[in-house]
Amino acid sequence: MIYLRLIYEFFKTGLFAVGGGLATIPFLRDMGASTGWFTDADLTTMIAVSESTPGPMGVNMATYVGFHIAGIPGAVLATLGLITPSIIVILIIAGFLARFRQSRLVDAAFKGLRPASTALIAAAGLSVAKNVLLDLGGAETTLATLFRWPALLLAAAVFVCMRIKPLSKLHPIVFIGVSAVLGAVFRFAGA
Amino acid sequence: MELLKMFLTFAKVGVMTFGGGYAMLPILQREIVEKQKWATDAELTDYFAIGQCTPGIIAVNTATFIGRKHKGVLGGIVATLGVVFPSLVIITLIAAFLTNFADIPLVRNALTGVNACVVALIASSVIKLGKSTLKNSPSVVIFLCVLALACVANFVPFPAVWWGKLLDTVISPAVLIVCAGVVGVILWMPAGKKGGGRE
Repeated sequence: MIYLRLIYEFFKTGLFAVGGGLATIPFLRDMGASTGWFTDADLTTMIAVSESTPGPMGVNMATYVGFHIAGIPGAVLATLGLITPSIIVILIIAGFLARFRQSRLVDAAFKGLRPASTALIAAAGLSVAKNVLLDLGGAETTLATLFRWPALLLAAAVFVCMRIKPLSKLHPIVFIGVSAVLGAVFRFAGA
Repeated sequence: MELLKMFLTFAKVGVMTFGGGYAMLPILQREIVEKQKWATDAELTDYFAIGQCTPGIIAVNTATFIGRKHKGVLGGIVATLGVVFPSLVIITLIAAFLTNFADIPLVRNALTGVNACVVALIASSVIKLGKSTLKNSPSVVIFLCVLALACVANFVPFPAVWWGKLLDTVISPAVLIVCAGVVGVILWMPAGKKGGGRE
């Protein structure tokens, strides 16, 4: 029964992949190898599509793999399988937190967690920045070739706009939309 | 009606997110913190912290948390279904009709622009979060230590020998979060100041 197998495989991925959507990739690779549902080359395509479409990457991956294997029901079941463990675990933790909200222990732990969490978000941002703004692939790296200048200029411009008063009121999606158009018009990827 | 609004709000967040859970942060700040006021900036960092150490995708975990807090267990489920709904529709359409989607030059160029924008949006979000999470010097020290370790883990390739693998495991987001929690308990538990933390 392919549907049950799909739910089971994605439930397992959702249960054991800790962290962001990228954490699901090794599990998906194993899944492809053990079930024969897709090859590593298929997976590469799926990752590329998941990265270039809206929505959390891990969810996109599950939907894509599910559709590839068993059509629309497959897409729905794989996605539900992936998110079910999270929903259960988080509902339990949220219930626990609501009950111990006043506890000094929990309060003190969260005071330590928050700066750490902020730092991890900053570090993730720097990783994205490295991939998007720097070009380390060339034969020799000079200051002129180190940066992807159009992307760097665009990022700097968006950052400045987000910090000035009337423009900062604009919805982030406006900046995303304008950036997509600029990227397409000025051929940012050189494609 | 409230549940429908929650579903639609999270569907909106899902459709506006490009990339991983972190790319969702600027959108969550605008839609959930500023517009709907369903959570605060400090709570968002809590949810991201917990999402680092629990199973599943951070974007999904955060949606479940906010939904649960605002409308109970059913709210948690509805918010989560909302955030994944756009992916289901968009990816199914692309998988059915445009298998070479990611290779289309227009898509690649536009996406490179979007990614540059996302870098700036995340930077701006981190500054906003920092205003509520880095109010005293111990917090700043924790922030700098974790940032330094996480950057080492991200940018320095460890050698594939036993101590390299060990370091790779030890300097993981989940371990860093747990250590920071322990440091928090050591630093702030004895002082026992009430009220400074949660709202």
